[in-house]
Amino acid sequence: MGHHEKQSIVSIIGSVLVIGFYSLYVYRNYIQADMDLLNDFQFWGKSFLYLIPVAIVLQIVIHIIFAIADRIITQEDMPDITDERDKLIELKSIRISHWIFILGFMLAMGSLAMGMKPYVMFLTLISSGFIASLASEVAKIIYYRKGA
Amino acid sequence: MANEIVLITNSIRRLRFFAGEMTQQELADRTGVTRQTIVAIENGKYFPSLELAFRIAHTFSVQLSDVFIYNPENDPVLIKLMAKKNKK
Repeated sequence: MGHHEKQSIVSIIGSVLVIGFYSLYVYRNYIQADMDLLNDFQFWGKSFLYLIPVAIVLQIVIHIIFAIADRIITQEDMPDITDERDKLIELKSIRISHWIFILGFMLAMGSLAMGMKPYVMFLTLISSGFIASLASEVAKIIYYRKGA
Repeated sequence: MANEIVLITNSIRRLRFFAGEMTQQELADRTGVTRQTIVAIENGKYFPSLELAFRIAHTFSVQLSDVFIYNPENDPVLIKLMAKKNKK
């Protein structure tokens, strides 16, 4: 298994852990105590805004730990170049995640159009972002195995 | 994959052999790509850009056509065009 495939697997695990723990934290500390918060736009705004830096920092930390562990186990350096094939695979996987997020966005707007509660829209948006990011990493693994 | 259409084949493995059994890593270093990319090209799983193809040929000091061999008889686009022409 190549470094890029391993990195994608680490990203998937990282995303699942970050979203999982963040959702659990928000649910236990805020939503459980006051269910009305689910319809509070300010709460959702803050939740989204805090999630972004938290996710970025944790993903960086997870990748640093992975790089160190991988170096110790395999005794090989990570490739320090990004070549044309890497860029092509990156573009193809971004295209997939883009379409999944657009679909999620449409579903989120659809939920509002059907008169559902605003929290359904926000949950759909978060879920589509999460699924889009997972799909992008899965696509990368498939493309790397396929060749491009 | 007996029925797989091979449109472009390559002689990189043979050229590496004649270049003193050059390693894939060495070729990758000399062409500015990763070893995985060389593996993918060698196995016919990835077709490089024209720029990289020329760089590979230059590394072995051969012509591009000595590295990559185009098989027009397997080209579905050409086959389609020929069929269209014959119909007319």
